[in-house]
Amino acid sequence: MPIETEFTPIASALGGALIGCSAVILMLMGGRIAGISGMLSRMLLPGRDSKPVQALAFVVGLIVAPFVWTAVSGSAISQTVTDNLPLAAIAGLLVGFGAVYGGGCTSGHGVCGLSRVSPRSIVATTVFMAVAFAVVFIVRHVIGAGQ
Amino acid sequence: MIVLVNLLAGLVFGFGLLLSGMANPAKVLNFLDIAGHWDPSLAFVMGGAVIITAIGYRLIFRRPKPLLDESFHLPTARQIDGKLVLGAALFGIGWGLVGLCPGPALVSIALASPAIFIFVPAMLIGVALASWLKRA
Repeated sequence: MPIETEFTPIASALGGALIGCSAVILMLMGGRIAGISGMLSRMLLPGRDSKPVQALAFVVGLIVAPFVWTAVSGSAISQTVTDNLPLAAIAGLLVGFGAVYGGGCTSGHGVCGLSRVSPRSIVATTVFMAVAFAVVFIVRHVIGAGQ
Repeated sequence: MIVLVNLLAGLVFGFGLLLSGMANPAKVLNFLDIAGHWDPSLAFVMGGAVIITAIGYRLIFRRPKPLLDESFHLPTARQIDGKLVLGAALFGIGWGLVGLCPGPALVSIALASPAIFIFVPAMLIGVALASWLKRA
């Protein structure tokens, strides 16, 4: 059975605002989009003008964030992740491949693209949202699985 | 200097994901499950992020260039093509299956669930594959 989660409008809006601040810092200082899949791509297959070290620094910031968070707040972070490892492998491949092939993910298209009112990002965000809603509906209510 | 800025921006982004609850795939999946115990939090995350970014970008783009670079590096593609739609659809399938997208996946490494050590390497393989295909 899927576990229930508490609706957290204030914490979520504030967290979203922090994500926005990160995007603003990156654009103001370096003139770049805060798109995570784009950074991974710049890091793994650097081309002309991809500045892989900058991308790596951002990724390191993301990875160490929970350690700093726990050290400062003293509270543990809880999450529920699937325990289905083959499913995690398939989903990981799809997320990584699809994000780069489609030119962005929830951050690049969803946050930065929508903020720039980019038609490509509006289409991409609508498509991945619609598909994700459909997948969750099928997994949970047609097949009756999922956590 | 710009490397430090990126590190700081990554940290702030990570704090945003943690504070918003988006580092918890269960919250993401419950947003995507309107027919179940719907948790609308993700819409508030997107709202908060887009409001700040849209206002910030509008102000920044009045400048001729960013503070630490010679020019802005904005996406140049304009056309809505099959790659965009297919990529977004595949991404949506993966996201809907486990509730993880790239940012939350990287933040989740520290939380050390067994699946994350499968998901992240698979995601990196997918990123490398698509990057290579697009460049070829």
